Amino acid sequence: MTLPDKRGTIEEAISAIGDGASVMLGGFGVPGTPFCLIRELVRQGPRNLTVIKNDANEAGMGVDWLLENGQVARLVTSHIGLNPTAIRMMNEGAIEVEFVPQGILAERIRIAGAGMMGFVTDIGLGTPIEEGKPRIAVDGRTGLLETALRADFALIHADSADSFGNLSFSASARNFNPLMAMAARKTIVEAERMVPLGALLPEHVHLSGTFIDIVVELPELPEVYGVIQR
Amino acid sequence: MSSNAKERMLKRAAADIVPGMTVNLGIGLPTEVLQHVEPGVPVCLHSENGIAGVGPVLSPDKADRNLIDAGGAYVSAIPGTAFFDSAVSFAIVRSGRLDLSLLGAFEVAANGDLANWKIPGKFSPGMGGAIELAQKARRVGVIMMHTDRKGNPKILDRCTLPLTARGHVNRIYTDMAVFDITAEGLQLREIALGSDLTELRAATGAPFHVPDQDLPRF
Repeated sequence: MTLPDKRGTIEEAISAIGDGASVMLGGFGVPGTPFCLIRELVRQGPRNLTVIKNDANEAGMGVDWLLENGQVARLVTSHIGLNPTAIRMMNEGAIEVEFVPQGILAERIRIAGAGMMGFVTDIGLGTPIEEGKPRIAVDGRTGLLETALRADFALIHADSADSFGNLSFSASARNFNPLMAMAARKTIVEAERMVPLGALLPEHVHLSGTFIDIVVELPELPEVYGVIQR
Repeated sequence: MSSNAKERMLKRAAADIVPGMTVNLGIGLPTEVLQHVEPGVPVCLHSENGIAGVGPVLSPDKADRNLIDAGGAYVSAIPGTAFFDSAVSFAIVRSGRLDLSLLGAFEVAANGDLANWKIPGKFSPGMGGAIELAQKARRVGVIMMHTDRKGNPKILDRCTLPLTARGHVNRIYTDMAVFDITAEGLQLREIALGSDLTELRAATGAPFHVPDQDLPRF
């Protein structure tokens, strides 16, 4: 028996994303951000997107390309402080921004990927974070209902992938990637290295290919993946 | 404030990071505290982006492009470091595995309320992981200048800005003093060399209890 081959081209993979789609982007800062997939999303140009990402990257990279190209209607994120374009567009009303506490963002995505509808937490109780969330009593304690967060697409960056889409991530580049890969209707992966089936030890697979739809091998890494010189 | 007073504040906060702790340090002053922790002290540093056992900061020429902390600094792995996803990272925070969270603040109130993520109309970059760190660490410490740039108190009777967390701050370190927040209110514990009570009262926007015995100096 052999496992299905999910390798595809970047053009074909991104062409499925149309106007109005919701798109999760892996990454925390530079590590784990799928810059090549985002670049292709800019080239193909679907608009009115809902982008879900931990942060908005920095000027001149990643999410910033989508913002500058006017493709983003709504951003669901935990922090955009390093991107002046995102701050400006939010203040001008050019984009809608929903801020979600980072751990709640991760858990809402994880829960969606786990096939559940929501969870109850006391994070944010009695602060402005509570606004609009139903209070629920559990075992005599009060919590807030947080709903699962899913998306039409997830764009993921992996260190290594095989043709089935088994993935391993490098260092702090894991972050939101495996969570988002599980939470989208269609998950597209860019991998720095394609390895033969079996080359990733089963014990060392960080995310099973069962969650992956298309794997794209990156021919070479553009400079944007490198160390930022400050 | 003299740089001397700032160094003593950092050193004082560092003294509360003791062997065996798992600790998260916020961006800015909290991270600077690390320079005053003895290198031999066995402590596990946690970073929100999925690291337990954060190692020293590296210069760009030595950096691993895939290894940053939550503040964006290029850090390193040490023997025993582990990487995990963001859900696991915040499971550590919410489930009480974090012994100490040190955070910066715009305002702290005598009841332990903290405001450090939003100034309506001026500063609204998002809360990042601050809400969970301020609400769920077993101990929450705030380190900050005692007053803002205009000299206004940052320790208040009640916060005026949107809250990060309600009633969870345990200890405040400033360039002038160390306070604890207890069920009985704000307690002065230590006072900085070069500060006196009159000056401290004038710079603090809430009443505080002063112990009967001599105050330790730092």
